[in-house]
Amino acid sequence: MDIVSLLDATLRISAPLILVGMAGLLSYQVGLINIALEGMMLSGAFAAVVFGYELGSTWLGVLMAIVVGAALGALFALAVITLRANLIVAGLALNFLATGGTAYLMDILYNQSGTLAPEGLRKLPAVTIPLLEDIPVLGEMLSGHSPLVYVSWVMVPLTSIFLYRMVVGGHIRAVGEHPEAAQTAGISVQGMQYLALILGGMLCGLAGAHLSVGDLPLFRERMTNDRGFIALAAVYFAAARPRLTAVACLLFGFFEALQFRLQLRDTALPNEFLQMLPYLMVVIALVVISVRKEWRKGW
Amino acid sequence: MAYLKMAGITKYFPGVVANSSVDFEVEEGEIHALVGENGAGKSTLMKILYGMEKSDAGEIFLHGQPVTITNPQAAIKLGIDMVHQHFELVPSLTVAENVTLGYEPRRGPFVDRQTMVERVRRLSEQFGLQVDPGARVSSLSVGAQQRVEILKLLYRDARLLILDEPSAVLTPQEVDDLFEVLRRLVAEGRTAIFITHKLREVMAICHRATVLRAGRVIGTVRVTETQPETIAQMMVGRDLEMPRRQTSHATPDRPRLIVCDVHAADDRGLPALRGISFAVNAGEIAGLAGVEGNGQTELIQTLVGLRFPERGDLVLDGRTITRERNRTRREHGLAVIPEDRNHQGLSLPSALSENLIATRYQGAPFSRWGVLVPGEIRRFAQRAIRDFDVRVRGPNVAVKTLSGGNAQKVVIARELAQPPAVLIAAQPTRGLDVGATQFVHNELLRLREQQTAILLISADLDELLALSDRLLVIFEGALVGELDRSQATRERLGLLMAGRAGEAAPA
Ligand SMILES: Nc1ncnc2c1ncn2[C@@H]1O[C@H](COP(=O)(O)OP(=O)(O)OP(=O)(O)O)[C@@H](O)[C@H]1O
Ligand SMILES: [Mg+2]
Repeated sequence: MDIVSLLDATLRISAPLILVGMAGLLSYQVGLINIALEGMMLSGAFAAVVFGYELGSTWLGVLMAIVVGAALGALFALAVITLRANLIVAGLALNFLATGGTAYLMDILYNQSGTLAPEGLRKLPAVTIPLLEDIPVLGEMLSGHSPLVYVSWVMVPLTSIFLYRMVVGGHIRAVGEHPEAAQTAGISVQGMQYLALILGGMLCGLAGAHLSVGDLPLFRERMTNDRGFIALAAVYFAAARPRLTAVACLLFGFFEALQFRLQLRDTALPNEFLQMLPYLMVVIALVVISVRKEWRKGW
Repeated sequence: MAYLKMAGITKYFPGVVANSSVDFEVEEGEIHALVGENGAGKSTLMKILYGMEKSDAGEIFLHGQPVTITNPQAAIKLGIDMVHQHFELVPSLTVAENVTLGYEPRRGPFVDRQTMVERVRRLSEQFGLQVDPGARVSSLSVGAQQRVEILKLLYRDARLLILDEPSAVLTPQEVDDLFEVLRRLVAEGRTAIFITHKLREVMAICHRATVLRAGRVIGTVRVTETQPETIAQMMVGRDLEMPRRQTSHATPDRPRLIVCDVHAADDRGLPALRGISFAVNAGEIAGLAGVEGNGQTELIQTLVGLRFPERGDLVLDGRTITRERNRTRREHGLAVIPEDRNHQGLSLPSALSENLIATRYQGAPFSRWGVLVPGEIRRFAQRAIRDFDVRVRGPNVAVKTLSGGNAQKVVIARELAQPPAVLIAAQPTRGLDVGATQFVHNELLRLREQQTAILLISADLDELLALSDRLLVIFEGALVGELDRSQATRERLGLLMAGRAGEAAPA
């Protein structure tokens, strides 16, 4: 098996997970379980294709995906924070809205169903990194990805700096952990919750855009395929630490890539088992990590 | 002109009048005690002053000027700041981060960590409030957490400090330290409002005291001109009999609880108990004194069955229970009033009746074939409510709506429904008003007459001295002293608790 192409695929597959993971992490840190990541991502994917096509620029499509993500984040915040809707119910509703809404819009706008691949829409240009690209194995692996893959890498330290170095990030964490304490310290609890959900929505939009215009310029119904939930699981297992969350996403990406290749190779294992593999491995790996941590603490 | 004047403050909660036309005045530079029974409306009045609750009627004046305080920020701007009854600290943040939360020194959008730590360190040195600015709050003792709360107020430059029951969770030493800090603050011209249930503290540090009862002001007195009994009488509206111990009921040759050379580790795996041995006889109250964190928690957990000892044995009425689980121990006659009633003693969202049967719902009469029998449970709950004078609407209300005193009565009603062989009573009156405290004390003395062996663990030396027949002192996981009631004084206990056994020997 070709290790380089395996790792190459790992990076590609995990990029949207990392972006959504950072979104889930922000809402986790502010104390809200965001199961609407999935729907926000799907809407972003759709927006990227539609606006990219209509405006004649894939980059403008990406921008609009971010805007749509932010708008949905704000909508979700409005529902659960201001109108006090139940977090889970509102999240489910947003996901249904996204699935149904994108299919419906695809039908009435383009008279298409299933897949939307407008003619003339181009995918984001791959980024080749000078110098690096010439290094044999490393170059092949790290260079030549869609730009949003690199954005996803940058997002991890940025999220970390945002949460742990910036004043507003500290306020978000304080609100998530002890809202009353934050409130008596003069921090607007609702303001921080809105902020975290809107920023999260933007990241989801970006992740969706990567799915739809990062590789092939097309949108498919339900193309996010539960990635929002996988990212959420990664956030939980990593206890919302940015780097560990990214590692969990990479791990999942790796086994997903591996699983694809094993399926093609006709092993004795049933495909269903192989498809389960990434999920299983992430759970095992993260349990091991946290158990070792506890162990060092002395149980 | 008074520094602060609250006039005609009224506050309604659904079904209760928490404050009813309260007039309250504080002079600049004084420590003003606000006292009253559980549920008298002390916290509510202070939350109104701090802008956390909105009053339904009334006005607030500062230096004679009317002010409107709609949120804590407004109060902080006016120099009014508050340490809450339940601390408002973020556990995973550091001391410095908590102190400066919301008012962080910044460099652009970033936190200026260096300045932050520096300022907090300087403040902590200036006021003698020792804490490590870099330590995580979750790793601090309760006393240290309180110092963080006070630092927070000083960092925001509070002129009027409201302290809501700051001493309830402190050890005697920590209380002395707190008083030292308070004296220093008022000497600087600051003012403090001090809520407490302990009259000794009112007498020790406050200039004046205002008494609230059922939401109304009963009166304001000058402490130097008043007897503590008078204040107590104002609080409860009747004369209080201080609990009086009858002569000993102990049966010396009938130990009901024997603890023999017990060693145990704490949560981090470090030794917490280093060879503890003692016995409690039938009809005896043995008081365990000690500065918090010297192994009391681990000892209680070991006795209750939440932590197994590494070495040593526990014997209850002649039966070895070292390795038995909690339920078996209870079947053999162990009862427990836990340290932390809200987390260990009660299930707050559950109904009062469910809490009452939590230790005995298995088997008749409360369940049959694994199905609960509601009629029996209700009858039992109603009897307990009557016998223990729990003030509630009925057995089905959630325990979280009860005041501190009533909640503790629920624990006691459950544990003492049948007279136990051995009772572990840990901080049984923490946060309770004088009336409720007296109730608990009387219950303990009643059990003592019925030949229960009682181990009383308390941070309140007065309580220990008032009730115990014998006092044990724990220091760094070992018993460093055993005193008969007649030999015990606050001073000797204090020295033993500080690990200075040599100086504590009788002259
Ligand atoms: N948020 C609330 N909702 C409903 N009732 C409340 C609320 N807060 C307080 N109360 C009620 O108002 C009354 C006064 O409560 P408050 O907390 O001011 O008493 P307290 O004097 O501080 O008592 P303690 O000594 O137990 O702290 C009580 O009957 C209490 O049950
Ligand atoms: Mg109170």
